Amino acid sequence: MSSLSWGTIEPHLPILLVILPLFGSLLTTFLRKGILAWLIALAVTLVLPVFSIALLMKVMETGQPIVYQIGNWPAPVGIVYKVDQLSAYVLTVISLIGAVIMPFARRSVAAEIQEPAQSWYYTMYLLCLCGLLGIVITGDAFNAFVFLEISSLATYVLIAMGRHRRALLAAYQYLIMGTIGATMYIIGIGLLYVVTGTLNFDDLADRLRLAIADPGYRNAVITALGFIFVGVSLKLALFPMHVWLPNAYAYAPSLATAFLAGTATKAAIYLLLRLIFSVFGVALTIDNLPIPQILLVLSIAAMFIASFSAVFEENAKRMLAYSSVAQVGYIMLGVALINQAGLTGALAHIANHAIMKTALFLALGAVFYRIGSVMYSDMAGIGRKMPLTMGAFAVAGIGLMGTPGTAGFISKWYLGIGAIDAGMYSVVFLIVASSLISVIYIGRITEVVWFREPSEAAKTAKEAPLSMLIPLWILALATLYLGFDTRATVDVAAKAAEVLLGGIR
Amino acid sequence: MKEAILEFAQHYNYFITIFLMISGLFIVIARGNLIKKLIGLSLFQTSVYLLYLTPAKIHNGTAPIYDYAYDTYSNPLPHVLMLTAIVVGVATLALGLALVVRIKEAYGTIEEDEIFSKDPEAE
Repeated sequence: MSSLSWGTIEPHLPILLVILPLFGSLLTTFLRKGILAWLIALAVTLVLPVFSIALLMKVMETGQPIVYQIGNWPAPVGIVYKVDQLSAYVLTVISLIGAVIMPFARRSVAAEIQEPAQSWYYTMYLLCLCGLLGIVITGDAFNAFVFLEISSLATYVLIAMGRHRRALLAAYQYLIMGTIGATMYIIGIGLLYVVTGTLNFDDLADRLRLAIADPGYRNAVITALGFIFVGVSLKLALFPMHVWLPNAYAYAPSLATAFLAGTATKAAIYLLLRLIFSVFGVALTIDNLPIPQILLVLSIAAMFIASFSAVFEENAKRMLAYSSVAQVGYIMLGVALINQAGLTGALAHIANHAIMKTALFLALGAVFYRIGSVMYSDMAGIGRKMPLTMGAFAVAGIGLMGTPGTAGFISKWYLGIGAIDAGMYSVVFLIVASSLISVIYIGRITEVVWFREPSEAAKTAKEAPLSMLIPLWILALATLYLGFDTRATVDVAAKAAEVLLGGIR
Repeated sequence: MKEAILEFAQHYNYFITIFLMISGLFIVIARGNLIKKLIGLSLFQTSVYLLYLTPAKIHNGTAPIYDYAYDTYSNPLPHVLMLTAIVVGVATLALGLALVVRIKEAYGTIEEDEIFSKDPEAE
């Protein structure tokens, strides 16, 4: 065997992205010391972005998808992993978020989770990461289900490890909703398999175009599309199927919330895009079900109703969770437009929202580490004691509003152009109007933390430790940087949107 | 009449599948007891096994082990897929039950309405 060089591992990058966190999670299971488990998790999560960025650069350079055949079995027989512009982009987002928050994890987890469970917490973290990366990289419909369940089961445990007893209830409710969603997804895939006899995404796409023309199969295909759409929408918390999300994010441990808010819904969004655009194809979808219209109505409802819920929240984590539902609305709005600019905005917002929301939740995690609460009443005046933490919070919050000069503006700009291209001028107005609501809810918490008299808890608070501030400020500065230099987000997102729209036949 | 009965008999498995699916989902929604909800959820998942296995079984087909005595084989792939789905179902049920045990310890009850009356904000 030759020595372990980049040349020897490069062809195997797709499988390594999934295998590394899986094996890492096995290792951490057997460790008793939380710090050792953290070191393993840190090592694994720092390597993953290197791999995913290497894949992204290669795909962007050649313009051709990278296909990895597991066990060297070719496509319809074996399972293949396929990395194209879209999947490489989402892989990069997920693995980068997974890595950036790891330095933060050590102290946060040590404070919130008791010692014997700490290493299992990292086990679940790595399993969840493995599942999310797997969903995005696989080219097989059933394999995607398995990864969906791996990440979901790990997520339920992560949420249930929260300190408050409501965390248990939130995890239970998410388990029920998530399992219904995943089961609806395999019902849909089952119907497709009966019709086509294949599970490979590319193969499915080819055979579905023939199947839809056959009146005997038509109804089965449309039913499958309906089941898959509803099932995956449950997972990505599309309004009004978002009811599991606010409590799950509010009562999960700080690190889990930051991680899930940035990555979990994004992987589900990817799956929906892959199925609607690449497998069913836009033509088949539009002709048979009014999915773009449904998405348009639901995403606009999410942008307003969830934002209003955020305005009246007293718990900062729940406020941001409602804001996440609204932001998923923006992403799905761009998808519903089905044009180049709209999809570019939606995909750019996947990365931008992941960065901003993770930064916001990390800041709250640092506050929770110092004062043990994220209620507005306890956070009053905390900005004076923790200026660096709340400064990063403010930067990311300004990004979330969509202020020019930040990442949030870029994605909303493209969403606006997409709406104009689609001839829906009223939607442009709605995007601006709902952004104004986000000004209110971010403004409200800003007022509480900077301008109010310090609460009892805030008086004794100290600035967060450096291991928490560094990840926080990396993300906050990325929010600003990506508002000016959009090569990493918009250019890649535009290429990925081209790939998706290339499926229109 | 005869045709209708024949039609029903041919699709017997699918009727059972739909019945299990709907009743499972109904139990999840209608029952307030956390264990009963999980039973409904399991029923819902179980219906999927039947959905996959019914078209895979071919009349007079045997297990797909090559032998000159047989020329009709059942499709093995759905069986394998459902083995995986069973594992997923067991894991989900086990985790769900474990959560119910912890909820019982924390709240002293597993009835949803009683939990919400003790902790109104959890809803």
